[in-house]
Amino acid sequence: MQTKKLTFRNAWLPYLLLAPQVIITAIFFLWPAGQALYQSLLRQDAFGFNTTFVGLDNFTRLFQDDLYVNALQVTLIFSVGTTLLSMSVALLLAVLVNRMLRSRDTYTTFLVWPYAIAPAIAGILWWFIFNPSIGILPYFLEMLGISWNHRSNGNQAMLLVIIAAAWKQISYNFLFFLAGLQSIPHSLIEAAAIDGANKFKRFWTIVFPLLSPITFFLMVVNVVYAMFDTFGVIHATTEGGPAQATNILVYKVYRDGFVSMNLGSSAAQSVILMAIVVLLTVLQFKYIERRVNY
Amino acid sequence: MSSIRILNLSKVYDDSTHAVKQINLNIDDGEFIVLVGPSGCGKSTLLRMIAGLETISDGELYIGDRLVNNLEPAERDIAMVFQNYALYPHMTVYKNMAYGLKNRGFSASEIEERVQKTAKMLEIEQFLTRKPKALSGGQRQRVAMGRALVREPAAFLLDEPLSNLDAKLRVQMRVEIKQLQKRLKTTSLYVTHDQLEAMTLGDRLVVLNQGQVEQVGAPLEVYNRPETLFVAGFIGSPSMNLIDIDHLDKSINAHALSSLPKGTDILGIRPDCLSSSQPNEPSIQLECNMTLFEPSGAESHLYMSLKDQQQILIMRVESLKQEFSEPYFKVYAKIKDIHPFNKLSGKRTD
Amino acid sequence: MVDNDRWGNLLAHCILIVGVALVVFPIYIAVIASTHTGSTFLSGTLPLLPGKEAWTNYTTVIFEGRSRAGTPPIAQMLWNSFIMAMAITIGKLSISLLSAFAIVYFQFRFRLFFFWIIFLTLMLPVEVRIVPTFQVVADLGMLNSFAGLSIPLIASATATFLFRQFFMTIPEEMLEAARVDGAGPLKFFKDILLPLSITNIAALFVIMFIYGWNQYLWPLLITTDPSYYTIVMGIQRMATGGDSEPLWHLVMATVVVAALPPVLVILFMQRLFVKGLTETEK
Ligand SMILES: Nc1ncnc2c1ncn2[C@@H]1O[C@H](COP(=O)(O)OP(=O)(O)OP(=O)(O)O)[C@@H](O)[C@H]1O
Ligand SMILES: [Mg+2]
Repeated sequence: MQTKKLTFRNAWLPYLLLAPQVIITAIFFLWPAGQALYQSLLRQDAFGFNTTFVGLDNFTRLFQDDLYVNALQVTLIFSVGTTLLSMSVALLLAVLVNRMLRSRDTYTTFLVWPYAIAPAIAGILWWFIFNPSIGILPYFLEMLGISWNHRSNGNQAMLLVIIAAAWKQISYNFLFFLAGLQSIPHSLIEAAAIDGANKFKRFWTIVFPLLSPITFFLMVVNVVYAMFDTFGVIHATTEGGPAQATNILVYKVYRDGFVSMNLGSSAAQSVILMAIVVLLTVLQFKYIERRVNY
Repeated sequence: MSSIRILNLSKVYDDSTHAVKQINLNIDDGEFIVLVGPSGCGKSTLLRMIAGLETISDGELYIGDRLVNNLEPAERDIAMVFQNYALYPHMTVYKNMAYGLKNRGFSASEIEERVQKTAKMLEIEQFLTRKPKALSGGQRQRVAMGRALVREPAAFLLDEPLSNLDAKLRVQMRVEIKQLQKRLKTTSLYVTHDQLEAMTLGDRLVVLNQGQVEQVGAPLEVYNRPETLFVAGFIGSPSMNLIDIDHLDKSINAHALSSLPKGTDILGIRPDCLSSSQPNEPSIQLECNMTLFEPSGAESHLYMSLKDQQQILIMRVESLKQEFSEPYFKVYAKIKDIHPFNKLSGKRTD
Repeated sequence: MVDNDRWGNLLAHCILIVGVALVVFPIYIAVIASTHTGSTFLSGTLPLLPGKEAWTNYTTVIFEGRSRAGTPPIAQMLWNSFIMAMAITIGKLSISLLSAFAIVYFQFRFRLFFFWIIFLTLMLPVEVRIVPTFQVVADLGMLNSFAGLSIPLIASATATFLFRQFFMTIPEEMLEAARVDGAGPLKFFKDILLPLSITNIAALFVIMFIYGWNQYLWPLLITTDPSYYTIVMGIQRMATGGDSEPLWHLVMATVVVAALPPVLVILFMQRLFVKGLTETEK
């Protein structure tokens, strides 16, 4: 971690400059994170009078809890589904837009704005579109003989939240894929064409491998997004239901902490989530390192 | 305006690179000093220590009568011209020039007066409202000069200020800088590795090698009488031929060699001091074989190898002569044109 | 050009148009829905063409609110969202600029230690440590206040890193020239560094404004006083608040109004936004 070769010499100014960032980080990040760690080792009785130290018991209980194991599975399906759907649609669109010369900016304009939509609003929009009684899609699905009701059908509810979450994220992925495609030198593709590779071959043997760092980066970002930023999607629509079918980890932490007031368990869940985030950060950092060090 | 005194100045970087070793130098008020030396010899380091951009590891530095070792750059009353100009890209030329004055608390009217005066002197008045991006390389260079001049500092420090210009502009600016310095009489330190700039610009030349001073003197003095083997090889273009005495034909040259000072084992001969016709005064004689003829308009150079040796010699010639195409031909150098050196000490022997 | 076959291009345009249509579809539906009367929805499926009630619906949501659902007129919520988004954006930008400046341009004890403290927050979203953070804010008496809405969200490792990266690309000589010109640290920051960073600041501004405007869980938790509700969380209360089927025409009008400011920011500052996102992020 370098500085500039020439630096200012000042005894207190650098500390003063760092103070706001560090103080806010300490109060609203380090302290709560420490609290979570601490509380995850405690258990309160039902009335909040007695607090006992229980060691790792909160954690063992969690993993024996069917509801938590279910939430883990749901989160896995949700994250993988959202990431795959959003990234593949975005890649397809980016590859096609990248072919265009004159219309590139126009298409881009149409494709970027969902980035600005809050996840909660994205959820409400699709909730409305799929609304079993007045929604437009169930009406068409009915014609195909499919009866849609995400209020009772868990799989349909899951599909709904995946679509809502993926839709919002298409813009982000699209922009990164497009930037990645534009950074591939055209001469490489021409060279492959001269070597006789057809279009599909060119894509899979030249373009896609060159995009792989970006693809990897986006995968991590999308998983993080799906796991943590989609709270609004769930909360504004299915609220984890029906029958726990869409109860992702972040939503469960919130329910257990604020609705059921089960602090010890919620804290333990926070700790597990933090561990997951740290893991993903390390993965991410590997990517940053590669980009920064060239 | 003031003198600069450098006493035993040393610089050791954090990674223990010893970039400048115990340098002593007295620069008179109004003098124009040129620092030359090969890449990495510590020229920039020395200049930046004087500017206050690099801390001084050891030694003392006086500007005027003040010991400035621990002063901030701004307090040393110097101005610097950077190789890449370092103009502030978001400020107009006027603001670039005014910034240092403003920070020193000059009044708006005085700033205006000084900037206008300097801009006129450098013929950049019409660019004052432009930003650096909208200027050509040469114009940017002028603005960088202007930013230094406008301050009327005690000393100018210039680190390869012309190296980003094309050859023609470089010549033109070189002349202008020299005239400016003559007129303003501001003490100046100029770093370069351009031979011509080194020879023509300064009152005195300082040749640096591996962080140490090899020789100080007026440019022609250094050229005519290099004190060390290093200076002999470094100053002058094409560089001096340095011939090991063992590579000469001892019997033919016996008489000539005996007149050289004791301890001489390297002979330095400038390319224009070699000749293919025998002079009628004491001289040495070499047998050579042509490897390449390089005509370049005004003067031409003949590359040749010494008989039975690998070493390549360079001779200045008027034209390609018949005799050069013979397997071996003779070239001569007058004894008085020979710079005698000792290999071990690297010093001159006369 | 390698690709210049006409059928391929035609096919590509077709797929793109379908793709764009799918992406635009939800908002189109929302706009349509917001122009009909409430009774349209009782009769079954939503029409695909606009109705005539746009003016009534939008004035209703913006200025009158819906007392039945306990939500204030959304004019108030829009204002709250704006304040929160601006406070978060400006806060993030300021503290990140300052700390990046300290980290790049100063040599001091514990520099690495502070660097790592900031780095730790790089990706930990507030959602993860929601309960203890809530407790801290409650203990500090910051519930139902703009300070509580914004300050806990303004620690930003990302912005600090971006500025650090950018500062490292500024030539060394810029600082050297400024020092020779007599600029101290604060002058250098104000006169040289800030003006040079202006495009980066603008690009991050777009991203952070959207981040701030779209906050959901945090305002949901720490506001119980309707006069601090923000628009994004307010919609949720409308859409799923009551037991009966929500008044969709009004909900969708609110959705459109709530989405408009960040969408406009993106569309008007598309260049900067794309640059901010893809060139500097992460
Ligand atoms: N910040 C630094 N840390 C460590 N070593 C350095 C640093 N700056 C320069 N050096 C070393 O000090 C020596 C002198 O460097 P300096 O820049 O003064 O050379 P120079 O004579 O200006 O060369 P050039 O003609 O290439 O500009 C070199 O060996 C260089 O590698
Ligand atoms: Mg140098």
